[in-house]
Amino acid sequence: MGRELTRKTATELAAAVTAGDVSAVEVAQAHLDQIAAVDDRVRAFLHVATGEALAQARAVDEKRARGESLGPLAGVPVAVKDLFATAGLPTTCGSKILSGWVPPYESTITARLRAADAVVLGKTNMDEFAMGSSTENSGYGPSHNPWDLDKVPGGSSGGSAAAVAAFEAPLSLGTDTGGSIRQPAAVCGIVGTKPTYGGSSRYGVVAFASSLDTPGPFGRNVRDTALLHQVMSGHDPMDATSINAPVPPVVEAAAHGDVSGMTIGVVSELAGDGYQSGVMSRFAEAVEVLQGLGAKVVEVSCPHFKYALPAYYLIAPSEVSSNLARFDGMRYGLRAGTGSAEEVMAATRAAGFGAEAKRRIMLGTYALSSGYYDAYYGKAQQVRTLIIRDFEAAFSQVDVLVSPATPTTAFDIGERADDPMAMYLADLCTIPSNLAGNAALSVPVGLAPENGLPVGLQVMAPPLADDRLYRVAAAVEAAFDSRRGHPLLDEAKGLGA
Amino acid sequence: MITRDDIAHLARLSRLALSDEELDHLAPQLDQIISAVAQVQEVAAEGIPPTSHATGLANVFRDDEPRPCLTPEQALRGAPAVELQRFKVPRILVEEG
Amino acid sequence: MTVTYEEALTRYEPVFGLETHVELGTRTKMFCGCITTFGGEPNSQVCPVCLGLPGSLPVVNRTAIEYAIRIGLALNCSIASWCRFARKNYFYPDMPKNFQISQYDEPLCSDGYLEVSVAGEIVRVGIERVHLEEDTGKSLHVGGATGRIHGAEYSLVDYNRAGIPLVEIVTKPVPGTQALAPDVARSYVTELRDVLRSLGVSDVRMEEGSMRCDVNTSLSVRGSGVWGTRTETKNVNSLRSVERAVRSEISRQAEVLDAGGRVIQETRHFHEDSGETTSGRSKEEAQDYRYFPEPDLVPVAPSADWVSSIGASLPELPSARRTRLIASWSVTELEFDSMRNAGALDVVEATVAAGASSADARKWWMGELARRANEAGVEVSYLAITPAQVARVSALVSAGTLNDRLAREVLDGVLAGEGTPDEVVEKRGLAVVSDDSALLAAIDEAVAANPDVAEKVRSGKVAASGVIVGAVMKATRGKADAARVRELVLERLG
Repeated sequence: MGRELTRKTATELAAAVTAGDVSAVEVAQAHLDQIAAVDDRVRAFLHVATGEALAQARAVDEKRARGESLGPLAGVPVAVKDLFATAGLPTTCGSKILSGWVPPYESTITARLRAADAVVLGKTNMDEFAMGSSTENSGYGPSHNPWDLDKVPGGSSGGSAAAVAAFEAPLSLGTDTGGSIRQPAAVCGIVGTKPTYGGSSRYGVVAFASSLDTPGPFGRNVRDTALLHQVMSGHDPMDATSINAPVPPVVEAAAHGDVSGMTIGVVSELAGDGYQSGVMSRFAEAVEVLQGLGAKVVEVSCPHFKYALPAYYLIAPSEVSSNLARFDGMRYGLRAGTGSAEEVMAATRAAGFGAEAKRRIMLGTYALSSGYYDAYYGKAQQVRTLIIRDFEAAFSQVDVLVSPATPTTAFDIGERADDPMAMYLADLCTIPSNLAGNAALSVPVGLAPENGLPVGLQVMAPPLADDRLYRVAAAVEAAFDSRRGHPLLDEAKGLGA
Repeated sequence: MITRDDIAHLARLSRLALSDEELDHLAPQLDQIISAVAQVQEVAAEGIPPTSHATGLANVFRDDEPRPCLTPEQALRGAPAVELQRFKVPRILVEEG
Repeated sequence: MTVTYEEALTRYEPVFGLETHVELGTRTKMFCGCITTFGGEPNSQVCPVCLGLPGSLPVVNRTAIEYAIRIGLALNCSIASWCRFARKNYFYPDMPKNFQISQYDEPLCSDGYLEVSVAGEIVRVGIERVHLEEDTGKSLHVGGATGRIHGAEYSLVDYNRAGIPLVEIVTKPVPGTQALAPDVARSYVTELRDVLRSLGVSDVRMEEGSMRCDVNTSLSVRGSGVWGTRTETKNVNSLRSVERAVRSEISRQAEVLDAGGRVIQETRHFHEDSGETTSGRSKEEAQDYRYFPEPDLVPVAPSADWVSSIGASLPELPSARRTRLIASWSVTELEFDSMRNAGALDVVEATVAAGASSADARKWWMGELARRANEAGVEVSYLAITPAQVARVSALVSAGTLNDRLAREVLDGVLAGEGTPDEVVEKRGLAVVSDDSALLAAIDEAVAANPDVAEKVRSGKVAASGVIVGAVMKATRGKADAARVRELVLERLG
């Protein structure tokens, strides 16, 4: 029974709990049992909030017993990336420098989830302060891909992706700054969305690159992902960069995956050298499927996309060098070293931050320095404008753009860990959407023949057209699921049968 | 080309007390990264305005109305050192402000 | 060998500038809803935003923008049609984020001026910019001798003040004031303070820190046309200190230059007790703040409508009031200045509004009442008497019920809390004796007591009547109307 519950979709679980067919406590317990069974190998979680989760589940059951109506995520367990401030639960951001920190306040998004009667199971592992593509930059050790435990689950939201792929939770929260939801979703064989920037509140989401960070949903299928997207999104007066517009009709779009009449653009620059052949072949297949479903497919050129990676690796480090300055051992978190305040700050930060964080802080400090600002940060902001214009030109011809979500399938743990340039390449396809603030998602389209590892199709839409993503993704998913005859994740053998 | 001394200077500016081993290790990596990101300078961007905010929003304000704040206990919880209901910090060397 | 101020001015021309930080009197902080009340228990007025907790985000207080625009308009500035906040990055324990949200190259207001009157002349001080930023927390330095940083063992930080809206007002450099530089600097700060008070945007108390000034000073070799290196002086906590700081820096820099030395570009600290400045942080290696546009905030683009409605609601500014009152009261600039410096403008104006003539109102407030205020060590407006009451006393004198001497006694009584002017007159029996028969009786007595004088008056020496009048005044204890007495004496004695 427990195992069956963990195989249900979020949509099914919410309906079952609301109908009283199963209690929220049973659902929560089933998932806690799964965590106990597999997380010593997957290591998706940094903190499992057993007591709190069961208490929340009980509260949902009591609410139902009183005859009150339940929220759209009634009793649905959710895993939360450890970047979200959760009052009373440890929040480390995957960093030693925040070891032991318990926030005195709650992020807007997790508060909305609770208000929707979801059950927060715990906090998931991530690359330190969201910087990375594998969780190997976590101060607490990497997570493991449920498809093959020697492989990375992607990053920076790798723990959240692994948790969903390992059936530890049907839904999870992540953040996407350069691809940190889409890339893990792709390499773990699940669905992950980067909503339109400003579409989901950043209040309580520890900042990495403020103008790029976008909280978003993971799910095992398109419809579940849309449900979480809907509940978590919307304007927040506590976030001055949040958009004051209705959430695009993503749930409805996910229920109607019909691409006939849509024009779909294939970005010619997002292919070629460095792209694994199995990724390209699965991608090509997906494009054919879309054509077969009635979409018109054209090639589109976005000539400035080749500058997206360098621009991103100037803008993001610049913003993070400033955002991480507050971690100095004076007010919370780790304090190390002796001597003056200046010495203690420097010793604390040296002890608390990992190598990638240090690299990016120094890179950002360099790019913002007087004398270098115009040539680096300033120039990168201009490139950003050009990329936005590339997208605008493209979207004037097509409804959505597609590409592989990431050039390769999951790589080995350790393979790129000390090779930052190689690691950065994982973001090649995803970064342009972050710079432009567009909506984008990754939906699984099969396994690479050479290694049997998942491949994701990236769909990109203009800002506030998130629903188009789900329309296309639902169509693709339905087509592949029906071909396959079973959910893709059934083929994940990393954790045994 | 960015030298090890330049990196050491950046580390000081960023308040990172890096060890010699770390500096030895990080300097060539940073040099490589900086060369790669310098690629943005190839782009002809005459007259192209920089984008600092992608959403196009402006004039987002809040009313001058009080909202509940934290209790001192909540504010100070987790502080490495506290005295007289204040954050106790080591002696500050350079006077600022 | 110290150089005197006067000597310094023979060889050098001073140039000064002022940077003033003003805490706005908004109810809540610049970027969060914490209250701004002064004097709360430490760390009791903080939230995730002003504490800079991970994940927190700022949101701009609309009233702070309005106040800043108000200040900009009052200072004749242009208001930006579009501007952004920027991060000023540096590490310091009183700054929770280790960056300050401020404005860099896009200030909200710029290019204005403030006219100040010094020694009867108008000097126009240019305003470079007015921008908004957030205040820092406050530190107690423990263990050192003076409570300052040097020698302290550790510091204790209270973040209640962190995030309070600050407006920074920067003047353009002010050359050409020569020996009056310290006075112009002081007058500028005084006038600025009055403008800000009249706008209702801050309580501008220098002693409480809601208005802080940094003074920049440099010397130009007389006739060279080349401006010297400037120093910045901090810890200037009163109007008098502004004047003294400029004066002291002029002398000190002259001494350095006379000895063939170089003035170092640095921050200096002003000492209240000695009136001198000492060296602080060297600005030689100018700190690189790595400014970049604040990504957590979107641009501020005040509409023309909003700006003009703010402009339309500006109160009468001190300079306009000055022009109006000087004309309406027919006083000189100097007379006006002395009333303003005595803090008497409001009470004089209110007394006139209550019916007194401006001459009378000024006479009482700047005369008798100013004297008493000085004795008590307060400004006239603090005395326990209202403008309406002063107007009443003035009216009683005009009506002949009181003479000047009696009026002063009535003031005494009101100040002593004995009641209204009429009540005091009643209780103390201070009314002028207006009953002719009583006066005649006193006159007859005086005539009888001074027969020779009476004879003189009868024979035509009118001036001699003064003796009789004096005697009558004495007899009535000054409660007679001297002019009436004289009339009656002359009548009586033919």
